[in-house]
Amino acid sequence: MKYTQGQFLITKKDAVARNIYSFEISCPEVADAASPGQFVHIRANGFTLRRPISICGINKVKGTLRIVFEIRGEGTAEIAKLNKGDLIDMLAPLGHGFTTDSNFKKVILIGGGIGTPPMLPLAQFYGSKAVVISGFRNYSAAILQEDFRSAGAETILCTDDGSAGIHGLVTVPFAELAEKGGIDAVYACGPLPMLKGISGICKENNIFCQISLEERMACGIGACLGCACRTLKNDEEYFAHVCKDGPVFNAEEVLW
Amino acid sequence: MADLSVKICGVDFKNPIIPASGVFGYGREYEELFPLNKLGGIATKGTTLHLRTGNPAPRIAETPSGMLNSVGLQNPGIDHFISSELPYLLTKDLVVLANIAGSTVEECVEVAEKLESTDVHMIELNISCPNVKQGGAAFGTRCDMAAEVTRQVRKVTSKPLVVKLSPNVTSITEIAKAVEAEGADAVSLINTLLGMRIDINTRRPVLRNNVGGMSGPAVFPIAVRMVWQTANAVKIPIIGMGGVSSGKDAIELMMAGASAVQVGAAIFTDPFAPVKIIDEMNDILDSKGISSVGEIIGSVQPW
Repeated sequence: MKYTQGQFLITKKDAVARNIYSFEISCPEVADAASPGQFVHIRANGFTLRRPISICGINKVKGTLRIVFEIRGEGTAEIAKLNKGDLIDMLAPLGHGFTTDSNFKKVILIGGGIGTPPMLPLAQFYGSKAVVISGFRNYSAAILQEDFRSAGAETILCTDDGSAGIHGLVTVPFAELAEKGGIDAVYACGPLPMLKGISGICKENNIFCQISLEERMACGIGACLGCACRTLKNDEEYFAHVCKDGPVFNAEEVLW
Repeated sequence: MADLSVKICGVDFKNPIIPASGVFGYGREYEELFPLNKLGGIATKGTTLHLRTGNPAPRIAETPSGMLNSVGLQNPGIDHFISSELPYLLTKDLVVLANIAGSTVEECVEVAEKLESTDVHMIELNISCPNVKQGGAAFGTRCDMAAEVTRQVRKVTSKPLVVKLSPNVTSITEIAKAVEAEGADAVSLINTLLGMRIDINTRRPVLRNNVGGMSGPAVFPIAVRMVWQTANAVKIPIIGMGGVSSGKDAIELMMAGASAVQVGAAIFTDPFAPVKIIDEMNDILDSKGISSVGEIIGSVQPW
């Protein structure tokens, strides 16, 4: 099975920050097929389009997935109304995830705001070999720091207003680490300017870099060609699709 | 079990449900979920003479009970379709409607010519795409242009020719009559309605193309009205579409005059929608004691 669609039981719901919720969903088949960087496509009751949400945790033993999402509009607000014990309609797991390598000695995971959740499965894969740099608007918007530490990763927190951690953008501590060298891979998800900055630093320092993109999406599986993203394919400009070719792309392929 | 089979332009469909062009690609992605042979047919992604890259993103927006798209006919070109997609689809025991489009009459003709030597079952000539600058809707919104492109494509194809009509016109029946007069074997309608959304925070249109085609349940009553009007204006069969999301909707559109029904945006909400619609149609017909779906086509009793 590559992906399936069905109704799955929400076994846990937490409010992790203002307007940000965490669901644990029992879906053994989906969890078994899922890999870091993939996403689930969730039906929002009363809406035509599903909402793509990145996977924040994969527990193949328990048969569960975890998603952490922010209320961004009416659709995600509808999904956030679901509670523990409710069924959630998902088409999952979808997309092309991160390339992981157990031989890597040091990796940097970078998350900006609600782009942070897809970094957690990578932190769990790499454990103490991972440094997680995450940036948020302020202290109260910061999420998942304890989860990253539990996975064994080192955490560097940045906030826009300086209310916690480093006052400023994630690219500042990242550039320092990149200059020191010894980094095998960088994985990032967040706002486009952040991803663009990180890609530039990786290019300068010749570091393997993968980024996870988002785009307004319809089918979720590569049929409708709605979620276009400008990329380079065999040195030619090409509209790839975030749902099937991505959401994870090699940074060097993306045309900004 | 009601008999769901229908015959359109001499082509047998095991049931009247067809995923609409553009939502279903060439079928491969949905085959992961259900076997394609459950479907009556498939209208493949609009295909042009050469590869088209389509419009920049965002190409998709949610609307009340519907959506907008401005994909812009991204497709790999007709040669790729014929060599790499069509042979596979032809093994799947369903009717293949090759949806074709072009920026010029000559391009449409050339694409149809290339399909002539294939075993594709039907051609659906798209004269109504709202998302391309040339061709597309320009053909579909003027009677003389609709007639001209139909006449020229008719000359080069012996395949059953279905012309897909735009609802963005003053009178869809005039366009339907014009393409019927030039040899169209059937018409399909409605393509999407031109729409727009604006992000009030950025004052930018949500779609990078500014405008796009609207589909989904919100357009269904318009589809019913246009199918009904067209059924009263032409003798050729109609393949109806526009916001169908249940077996009840499909039956309603057939009562208005459609011989078969395409399903579009509903597939985004529920990827199993076409299969569920087939089952629901069967249940409704059984409950009404109707033995064949053919009996309901055009059976509306207008006041």
